[in-house]
Amino acid sequence: MKQDSRISAEEASRNPIAAFDPDRISGLQANTSAIERRAATLPGRRSVKGAAQAAWLMRAITMIDLTTLAGDDTPGRVRRLCAKARRPVRADILAALGMGDVPITTGAVCVYHEMVPVAVAALEGSGIPVAAVSTGFPAGLSPLPLRIAEIHESVAAGAAEIDIVISRRHVLTGDWERLHDELCQFREACGPAHMKAILATGELGSLRAVAQASHVAMMAGADFIKTSTGKESVNATLPVSLVMLRAIRDHHRLTGYRVGYKPAGGISKAKDSLVYLSLIKEELGQHWLSPDLFRFGASSLLGDIERQLEHHAAGAYSAAHRHPMG
Amino acid sequence: MGIKEYFDSMDYAPAPESPAEALAWLDTHDRRFGPVIGGAMQASADERFPSTNPATGEPLAEITVTTKAGIDAAIAAARAAQPDWENGGGPARARVLYALARMVQRHARLFAVLETLDGGKPIRESRDIDIPLVARHFYYHAGMAQLIGSEMPDRRAHGVCAQVIPWNFPLLMLSWKVAPALAAGNTVVLKPAEQTSLTALLFAELAHKAGLPPGVLNLVTGAGDVGAALVAHPDVDKVAFTGSTEVGRAIRTATAGQGKALTLELGGKSPYIVCADADLDSAVEGLVDAIWFNQGEVCCAGSRLIVQECIAEDFSARLRARMARLRVGDPLDKCTDIGAMVSPEQRDRVRAMVAQVAPDAVHSPDIDLPEAGCFLPPMLIDGLDAAHPLMQEEIFGPVLVSTTFRTPAEAAALANNTRYGLAATVWSENLNLALDIARQVRAGVVWVNATNLFDAAAGFGGVRESGFGREGGWEGMTAYTRAREIPSASQPAEATAAVPAPTAAIDRTAKLYIGGKQARPDGGYSTPVVGADGTSLGDAGVGNRKDIRNAVEAARKAQPGWVDATAHLRAQILYFIAENLSARAAEFTARLTAMSGDAETAAAEVEAACDALFTFAAWADKRDGAVKPVPLRGLALALREPVGVIGVLCPEAAPLLGPVTALAAAAAMGNTCVLVPSERHPLAATDLYQVLDTSDLPGGVVNIVTGSAETLGPVLAEHMDVDALWSFGDDGLAAELETRSAGSLKRCWVAAPDAVMQGAGTAPAQHALLDAATEIKTVWVPYGEGA
Repeated sequence: MKQDSRISAEEASRNPIAAFDPDRISGLQANTSAIERRAATLPGRRSVKGAAQAAWLMRAITMIDLTTLAGDDTPGRVRRLCAKARRPVRADILAALGMGDVPITTGAVCVYHEMVPVAVAALEGSGIPVAAVSTGFPAGLSPLPLRIAEIHESVAAGAAEIDIVISRRHVLTGDWERLHDELCQFREACGPAHMKAILATGELGSLRAVAQASHVAMMAGADFIKTSTGKESVNATLPVSLVMLRAIRDHHRLTGYRVGYKPAGGISKAKDSLVYLSLIKEELGQHWLSPDLFRFGASSLLGDIERQLEHHAAGAYSAAHRHPMG
Repeated sequence: MGIKEYFDSMDYAPAPESPAEALAWLDTHDRRFGPVIGGAMQASADERFPSTNPATGEPLAEITVTTKAGIDAAIAAARAAQPDWENGGGPARARVLYALARMVQRHARLFAVLETLDGGKPIRESRDIDIPLVARHFYYHAGMAQLIGSEMPDRRAHGVCAQVIPWNFPLLMLSWKVAPALAAGNTVVLKPAEQTSLTALLFAELAHKAGLPPGVLNLVTGAGDVGAALVAHPDVDKVAFTGSTEVGRAIRTATAGQGKALTLELGGKSPYIVCADADLDSAVEGLVDAIWFNQGEVCCAGSRLIVQECIAEDFSARLRARMARLRVGDPLDKCTDIGAMVSPEQRDRVRAMVAQVAPDAVHSPDIDLPEAGCFLPPMLIDGLDAAHPLMQEEIFGPVLVSTTFRTPAEAAALANNTRYGLAATVWSENLNLALDIARQVRAGVVWVNATNLFDAAAGFGGVRESGFGREGGWEGMTAYTRAREIPSASQPAEATAAVPAPTAAIDRTAKLYIGGKQARPDGGYSTPVVGADGTSLGDAGVGNRKDIRNAVEAARKAQPGWVDATAHLRAQILYFIAENLSARAAEFTARLTAMSGDAETAAAEVEAACDALFTFAAWADKRDGAVKPVPLRGLALALREPVGVIGVLCPEAAPLLGPVTALAAAAAMGNTCVLVPSERHPLAATDLYQVLDTSDLPGGVVNIVTGSAETLGPVLAEHMDVDALWSFGDDGLAAELETRSAGSLKRCWVAAPDAVMQGAGTAPAQHALLDAATEIKTVWVPYGEGA
């Protein structure tokens, strides 16, 4: 009974599937030069220093989807990653920073379908969700029924989040309704699992297309919109992020639902993560600075953050080998 | 707050830039400063004034009020240094300017922190915008010094420049003034604003260490009275001022008739147009850079939002949300968007202006303001009508006023509904629409889908009461040079021999020529015109101020159509005028002969007039604009636009060639004009009516009002709808014309008769006329599409 009401409250706040509305995308504009200018000047406008910097970096950790998406992934490799997700920072560093009593884990662990059971088992009791990339990741060109079946399999295997890829061809040909329809099917297949829609922005050709695809994905009930698979030649960038964040803001204004954002690929420096967090804070507000609404898709970011945190704790610059491998 | 608190709150921590180095530099001077003359700071016991940090109210230093003797000494030092500086050659000057650019970069942070301490602007802006642009200006003009000898061989330095700069961009304005002046071979006496003298003093000290010869750059410190004494000094050749329109007008008046070159960069109320098809979020972000840049203390601030009615509500909501995230506070903090107003006086002035509207009409976000210091929140006043004083007057603070438009034509009309014309911004994703509005807006600079972009290669400056002259680019160099002296080849038309008057024929009454029609003078008087031998040649109408009014009205009405008529068509018509004039050469020769008594000279003058028409017809479609290589993915277009309506007082010495050359140059570039022929010899000009009538010239492009220059010149000078006044006649009128032109700050060109009589003769003379007939509008069009 109690469980049910929690789920329904959760469901009630979840971005629902909505009918396709061509007016939402027809007049969308995204001026590349102006967006680049805003993105380029933001790091100079906001500076996160001292205690705030250490705090923000730990918050960043809680929003990392610690990821391994390689052909040579094995159960052992994934278990090691999960262990790192449970304990991303050395206990002595957390204690020195006065954060010894704050449970800090990564936001999720993100793997291919075959690795989902291993990850689920390794993370049991931690509260850390397992995310599975799906729907023919990364290109999304396998048969639609198989892509939908893949979602079902992963959800059944215990994935709480499904990172689906959109059909870029529907964006490039302007077939928005078909894109919407496909995404609605994915969203239904996800059931209780959250759907993170990967737009593969590096393959969409323009920021305007990124804005349009973002709106379509949100109309189709995406819980998160995500930039990239990490496999495109261009992954997450600040200009792309700005466009997607503004789309999320518009969606919230129009519908009242908050959709999450996940930049993925290419964010490997602690300093970069601070810029992203300040971008979220400035464009969407404090509310979005939580794992429910923001994730970094990253594999090497954590390592750099750990080194920065040790520097905060000890005052001397750190080295990679001092931090446990993930 | 500790780490755990920040972990929960995700607030920014204070991130102040240290002022220690800058304060230490002040201490090396015991915090006492004075004028810099001949390379040395003058320690004196004269009266001092404090320089304070507006963010805290703390005194930073005491600065000497430069005395009259100090100003004299500074100018004398500049005068003494000038010949060697100029004659040393461009390449030598280029090395010094290059050294200054490097010097600025070496000390970039010291300059930035000192600028922020002294003026209250956020460290982000002084560090990321002002100081890099300062270095850029010195680099760019090092190149100008290198090239000027080969690229501008007909021009040379003015001599000694008096420069007065404002407090909003202290070091940046110094660089905009000093770099081109020095590149051209001038020496300088500069007065920084009394609120913000410190970076200029630091600059002077470091510049001399970097190899700037003594006396080339001198500083006089003090307030407005020191500036007034400086610009009025008789041994100054060129005056450049950036600041308020009010002071600019006073400088125009004070220097009237002194023969000093003058450029003024004054106030503005720049429109910021947002069309329905714009990227609205980016347009909102642009406003942050427009009106909340430097606390809105920016002459070209996009302070007048003109937004399409159908999106006004949406846009306002987005704007208000953005305003709520602006951070007002410690200018040294790296997270500050809006710093301190420069002084309590300026803060109070802005408050008093805003008090013109009801408090509940002013939106400011619920954000924290420091308790002490000169701070103001960002403010938005929505839904004002064009008639409201706050839509008309420059506020010079973080206050945006807004109104709506229905159609692009209305947007342009609202944008132009101002006395100013400095800058404009247009947001639209439709290139047709954006560039159309960019052309229609009266402004020296237009930014398309961007705002407040600056670069040394791109001209900056205003039209109308925003001043005249351009800073930056080749056009900026023109303002710091003058034509080399060319020996005069002209002879005044003197009666040399008595010749028989033309046979009397049917009476011809010379009327005025207004709007393509002959019109009787309003006053109803005519005056006799006599020839070289004293016999009567006929009567000419005596034009009065109402005739000028009518002529200007006709010229204004004809001007938009004449611009749109295309350069090709304008050229065709000028050629056609030449053809028809040539066909009647005998008649005009006889007329001129009767006036001067010299048949040979008369024939030559008619021939020269035909040549002048051919020359400027040729130029009509060849006076190219330019694309400036600015550091931006985009185009910075330097468009040559017509000045508008030009009044011309014609010389007595060439009764036909004078007016013809002037009208040819003016009309070729798309201007319309009101000509006042020589009072003594008006009939060659009035004979032109039939030539013009038969040459397809649209009515109103050329208007001719006969009468006395002493009477009509001042009326033209004062007329608010005349954009420029050229006087090639009586030198004695210069002071009065320039004084009276101050009201509308029109471009006033008082030149010797040769400027127009030889105007088609040499390339420099042609360029002088063409420059006077055009205004550079810099249009910035960033482009790009990608993910």
